[in-house]
Amino acid sequence: MTLKTMLLGAVAALAISGVANAETLTIATVNNGDMIRMQKLTDDFTAKNPDIKLEWVTLEENVLRQKVTTDIATKGGQYDIMTIGTYEVPIWAKQGWLLPLDNLGADYDVDDLLPAIRSGISMDGKLYAAPFYGESSMIMYRKDLFEKAGIKMPDAPTWDFVADAAKKITDKGNEVYGICLRGKAGWGENMAFLTATSNAFGARWFDEKWNPQFDQPEWKNTLDFYVKLMNEAGPPGASSNGFNENLALFQSGKCGMWIDATVAASFVTNPKESKVADKVGFALAPDTGLGKRGNWLWAWNLAIPAGTQKAEAAEKFVAWATSKAYTELVASKEGWANVPPGTRTSLYNNPEYQKAAPFAKMTIDSINAADPTKPTVKPVPYVGVQFVAIPEFQGIGTAVGQQFSAALAGQITVDQALQSAQQLTVREMTKAGYIK
Amino acid sequence: MARKVSTSRKLTFTALAWIVAFLIFFPILWTFLTSFKTEAEAVASPPSFLFFDWTTENYAEVQSRSDYFKHFFNSVVISLGSTLIGLLIAIPAAWAMAFSPTKRTKDVLMWMLSTKMMPPVGAMIPIYLIFRDTGFLDTRTGLVVVLMLINLPIIVWMLYTYFKEIPGEILEAARMDGASLSQELTQVLAPMAVPGIASTVLLNIILSWNEAFWTLNLTASKAAPLTAFIASYSSPEGLFYAKLSAASTMAIAPVLIMGWFSQKQLVRGLTFGAVK
Repeated sequence: MTLKTMLLGAVAALAISGVANAETLTIATVNNGDMIRMQKLTDDFTAKNPDIKLEWVTLEENVLRQKVTTDIATKGGQYDIMTIGTYEVPIWAKQGWLLPLDNLGADYDVDDLLPAIRSGISMDGKLYAAPFYGESSMIMYRKDLFEKAGIKMPDAPTWDFVADAAKKITDKGNEVYGICLRGKAGWGENMAFLTATSNAFGARWFDEKWNPQFDQPEWKNTLDFYVKLMNEAGPPGASSNGFNENLALFQSGKCGMWIDATVAASFVTNPKESKVADKVGFALAPDTGLGKRGNWLWAWNLAIPAGTQKAEAAEKFVAWATSKAYTELVASKEGWANVPPGTRTSLYNNPEYQKAAPFAKMTIDSINAADPTKPTVKPVPYVGVQFVAIPEFQGIGTAVGQQFSAALAGQITVDQALQSAQQLTVREMTKAGYIK
Repeated sequence: MARKVSTSRKLTFTALAWIVAFLIFFPILWTFLTSFKTEAEAVASPPSFLFFDWTTENYAEVQSRSDYFKHFFNSVVISLGSTLIGLLIAIPAAWAMAFSPTKRTKDVLMWMLSTKMMPPVGAMIPIYLIFRDTGFLDTRTGLVVVLMLINLPIIVWMLYTYFKEIPGEILEAARMDGASLSQELTQVLAPMAVPGIASTVLLNIILSWNEAFWTLNLTASKAAPLTAFIASYSSPEGLFYAKLSAASTMAIAPVLIMGWFSQKQLVRGLTFGAVK
């Protein structure tokens, strides 16, 4: 055997062992535009980290939640990185299910993360997930319809103004409805919207001793207002409308106003999808003068389960996907309008982004106006603006949402809905040990 | 006159049958049509039925985003594997219950069926933990075992009803002629039961192919079948209907084609007894 052959053999063996040593990260993620874009851009990461391979599990939000919750609760260890919402992070961090993110790298700039988002995913000053994209809610409205009706939308309207404007621009004969709001039952569907709205009306889910508050006048005001407004100025069948149904209605020109996630702004202003792309204006979610706006706060975050064997590689990936450099990568390949929004202050100071995204200012103002630790007027024992970050909330929130959806559909009265909501919440909270 | 009435009755029934068939088929047709629309057209109201700009971009997008053939292969292995192993266990069981029934046979059958009445989520955590500890999570073998077990009551029941219709005298005659037990099973019983076994196989392949609770919850990336492929295109925030329709069409096409070619066998097995 010549020296050359031996050398070649040694190089080949090294190469093979290199491949064999490559770590594969299994990443569970949610199906939305920003996440899909990231999957397409991961060549940049694997080129910089040839020893790490990526395996994607992309799922619809509810299926994803069910799967990752089962896996983390049983320490199944199927995933090295999980995409989770701001609802899960504080609960899971408290259980010790997530690794703190201490080694995101020197150039990560943690202080650049938006304070409202950062506070929702930290515990004892430590970050337990890294935000990939964040959102709040705001009003999207049709400038042309407002002009026609002779009304001008202020930047920060009140609910009374919104209700009045909705009635004025409603033209049921031509299938134009003043306002489109969520009505489909679910803790992340109508209850996200109604919980956030109730904050503006001064309502709260629980008092400081975890007693449910649906028997208080603030909740009655909220639900009365919502049901009356939707009956007068909402689309037919609103009790089965969620984000996608309202998006389709707004894009086809059937809604005067739509209050929903800020992420919708990029859809309704996209001329490829929307018939009203050039006629959309934005305003902050409405208030009632009590000092709180009905806008929520949500972020999809990347987190590392405590059971993973590949923590170091996983943290490298999380740092890459949520870094400033990733934002610039998206901007260079797909334009500034497509970068994941709502996580970093620097993005909103970037003049190029401000130019490409007309909704940038309203998005950042909405996110900054939400405070998950002080969501409503009165003090509360929980964290979360449009949800209550306790494990029981998914079940209770959906059950209450079904009552409110039935009230919107006219199957029961507002009083009956509130009474049932109060009863079932008291029962569940007592069973769970919150109410002694 | 009598002939005329019967013709018009025939026509009415035929028309009625076509209408019912169309209603049942409509969701699949609508999914197929939507898969050729753009996302904006997919949610347009009023919807366009045939007159839209047909596009294949959704299929191209689905193809570029996911590995269809990996999921397809997993679906084939899981549905065929679980059905075949299920048959191996169910044929002797159904044979015993049909030809040598005891006082408790009916109870045993009912008990087997009753396991199908529990919502699967009730057994989810114990099974997940067993799978975690045995290393079966995200493996095709694990899914074959689970789907075989959940479909076993149906396989046993179907085979039992077919076997019941084979007269015991035929088997007795075979025994009189000196046939051994294995000869009796393979040369007498099996040929007579072929239509029943075939329709059982087809039905169970379809059931396993469409099973979307265990296949979604017990897999991650390696063993994920076509159900997981479809689930990756659904979204509560953002419009994915056209892409979801394209993914669904690709996922159901193989089983639809299989059903089409074997429909004679399937209908015969499901509607007639073994000995007709």
